[in-house]
Amino acid sequence: MTVPVVDMRGISVEFPGVKALQEVDFRLFPGEVHALMGENGAGKSTLIKALTGVHPLAAGEIRYAGEPVAFTAPAQAQAAGISTVYQEVNLCANLTVAENILLGREPRKFGRIDGRRMRARAAELLARIGLHIDPGSVLESHPIAVQQLVAIARAVAVDARVLVLDEPTSSLDADEVAELFRIIRVLRDEGVAVLFVTHFLEQVYEISDRITVLRNGRLVAEHPTAALSRIDLVSAMLGREMGLLEEIERRSGTPGQAFLVAEGVGRKGSVAPFDLEIRSGEVVGLAGLLGSGRTEVARLLFGADKADSGRILVNGKPLRLTGPRAAIEAGVAFSSEDRKAEGIVADLSVRDNLILAMQAARGWARPVPRKLADELVAKYIELLDIRPADPDRAVGNLSGGNQQKVLLARWLVTQPKLLILDEPTRGIDVGAKAQIQKVVADLAAEGMAVLFISAELEEVVRVSDRVVVMRDRQKVAELDGDVGVDDVMALIAGGGDHGVDHGVEKAVAS
Amino acid sequence: MKNRLLWPVLALVALLILNVVVTPTFFSLRLQDGHLYGSLIDILRNGAPTLLIALGMTLVIATRGIDLSVGAVAAIAGAVTCTHIAAGGNPWVAMGLALALCAVLGLWNGFLVSVLGIQPIIATLVLMTAGRGIAMLITEGQIVTVDSPVYRQVGAGFLVLPIAILISLAVLGLVALVTRRTALGLLIESVGVNPSASRLAGVRARTIIWTVYVFAALCAAVAGLMISSNVSAADANNAGLWIEMDAILAVVIGGTSLAGGRYSLTGTLLGALIIQTLTTTVYTIGIKPEITLVFKAVVVIAVCLMQAPVRVRVGGRVRGKQGVPA
Repeated sequence: MTVPVVDMRGISVEFPGVKALQEVDFRLFPGEVHALMGENGAGKSTLIKALTGVHPLAAGEIRYAGEPVAFTAPAQAQAAGISTVYQEVNLCANLTVAENILLGREPRKFGRIDGRRMRARAAELLARIGLHIDPGSVLESHPIAVQQLVAIARAVAVDARVLVLDEPTSSLDADEVAELFRIIRVLRDEGVAVLFVTHFLEQVYEISDRITVLRNGRLVAEHPTAALSRIDLVSAMLGREMGLLEEIERRSGTPGQAFLVAEGVGRKGSVAPFDLEIRSGEVVGLAGLLGSGRTEVARLLFGADKADSGRILVNGKPLRLTGPRAAIEAGVAFSSEDRKAEGIVADLSVRDNLILAMQAARGWARPVPRKLADELVAKYIELLDIRPADPDRAVGNLSGGNQQKVLLARWLVTQPKLLILDEPTRGIDVGAKAQIQKVVADLAAEGMAVLFISAELEEVVRVSDRVVVMRDRQKVAELDGDVGVDDVMALIAGGGDHGVDHGVEKAVAS
Repeated sequence: MKNRLLWPVLALVALLILNVVVTPTFFSLRLQDGHLYGSLIDILRNGAPTLLIALGMTLVIATRGIDLSVGAVAAIAGAVTCTHIAAGGNPWVAMGLALALCAVLGLWNGFLVSVLGIQPIIATLVLMTAGRGIAMLITEGQIVTVDSPVYRQVGAGFLVLPIAILISLAVLGLVALVTRRTALGLLIESVGVNPSASRLAGVRARTIIWTVYVFAALCAAVAGLMISSNVSAADANNAGLWIEMDAILAVVIGGTSLAGGRYSLTGTLLGALIIQTLTTTVYTIGIKPEITLVFKAVVVIAVCLMQAPVRVRVGGRVRGKQGVPA
């Protein structure tokens, strides 16, 4: 085996009161894709930041290309050839693609930026990763996925020997992920060492050569991907038995009355008119690719966006959906897919976030009594296993999974009749994911209607009694819960499989 | 929260100590005809309008807004009252008219910001400019002087302490009570931190934003009454001139971020006191008039810089939580 390009030995990182990393060893070889796995809070980001000089080391040594190094700033690491692309696109949306790629190292002529040479250089770099877009176009005119790829082009523009990708796929759909992986392979074949962080197990097995697993700030295992089975990987990450995911059994009980009926509801440029019925006590899954219209359906049902056709009946009576408040009054709750922008109120405490919807419904003049708030917070912290169990902690300081649980609790305290969850498990760890799925199943068993949206088909199929499939902003099918992942996949992909198409028509007609 | 108030408190104490060193009698108070007199009382009385306007500004800023029109609104309040009294009207009716008109002006600001979605700095700039013109129209370009004992009480009267500061402190107490005993404070902060999330949680963000602009305009109106009552005259051009800047400064010194969200009423009180003490200090230690403004600027920069490390730490925490720990 060749010499590792990055060799981290006995790395410890401490924050006030917390040992974020303890004696972790990590190696990265040239020409490999190395997946760094672990639950939220396992120390993945901390390890990356220790490598790139964001966090100082409490102990340990880092060797880069055989030499001991101690970066004190990410810029130093970058100059040395370690480039990092973060989860959120960290570029200037209003500049052109070329300007973004070469920001800070623009080619100059007579002290001024040479636009022509800059575009030519950017075009070369884009060609290197096989991305064919106009370098002179404005970045925000491209979808997020392309922006993510531009960030990678920028990262490799400095002859990177190490490319760190921190959850680059969390906002990409399947095609875009495939494109990203193609580019990762190109770079790998050129000898770049790629460090890849993701929550998607499928992707790990598709792209990575080796896996390092962290848990609670400690190294658990390092294996070639081929030698580590999925179940072993998951149990290494969780460190506990994997019973929870299996526990959700399909309930044989009969769903109740139709709670919400949508008739021909649609919005131009957003989603084509669709019919949908959601009964009390059932979980309806909404499957489809990103941009297929699944989020738009949820937003229309909640009044977050206004429908321009059709009508919505709640308990048989037409509902005038003037906005979220009207939906909330009718007993509908909606947790957005964009946790940060449309979910949490980061600076406020867990307690305040948890009672926000309840308080909003009561109006400002009738505050939720402190005693009731404390009881509710204590109850849901325990029920959903929210960590740390500190009601006064600003919610922004919690990990993604725990933020999601707080948002779930925010709606549960209002005792909704219909709970719409848009990607409640995205970007969170396996343990929290299983807990949320279990809560959803329990709620339905108690008679709540749930509309469950997720990019992960296995999850949708496992949780739902019925699955509605969206494609190209249209509802294309409605299937019984016993359907398999492959059937749903075929519907999402579309195309000519006659048998499946036939099944679709039947399902829609019924 | 306690940390954020540390530096403003120290700055205020330092200014007071400076004054005592220069003027040993600075803290002395004397009671005459049931009125308290002394430098400290002067600071409180002269700072009352700024404090009042800063209170309204605090809530506006907490919702991510800003209200530049408060100075102009104050001038309008004085103009309406004095013109009405000068025309032989009852001073109480005159003040009522002024408050009502200013509430309408607050509604206008709130409409531009919350319904039309215009950026607050631009929306209130409209009234900041136009408001002086409206005040001029009301006074017909003259400085209207009045002689009304009732009206004079608002700005210059005493109930042991100056009535002006009693009004301001009463409003401070009322705001603290209303925002913290009801859920208004929580909802204001929630709208300020994350408007979209608040809307989806069912918060009436529009109503809340509207409310804070009306409240700010009412605070400005009462402040305008104090200013004009103190001199028994309405000066459309100069009453409350630049007071919006002092108010914003008081809010910022008090530790409320211009980015919205968490706010501190106690901080605003300290901020307003610092600014007024500073103004007084400039006179008592005999700084030449031509460098007064520069001296004030230096002190303000110093206070803001002292707060900076604290604020950076807070900012660091915010950033830390956005990169969700993996």
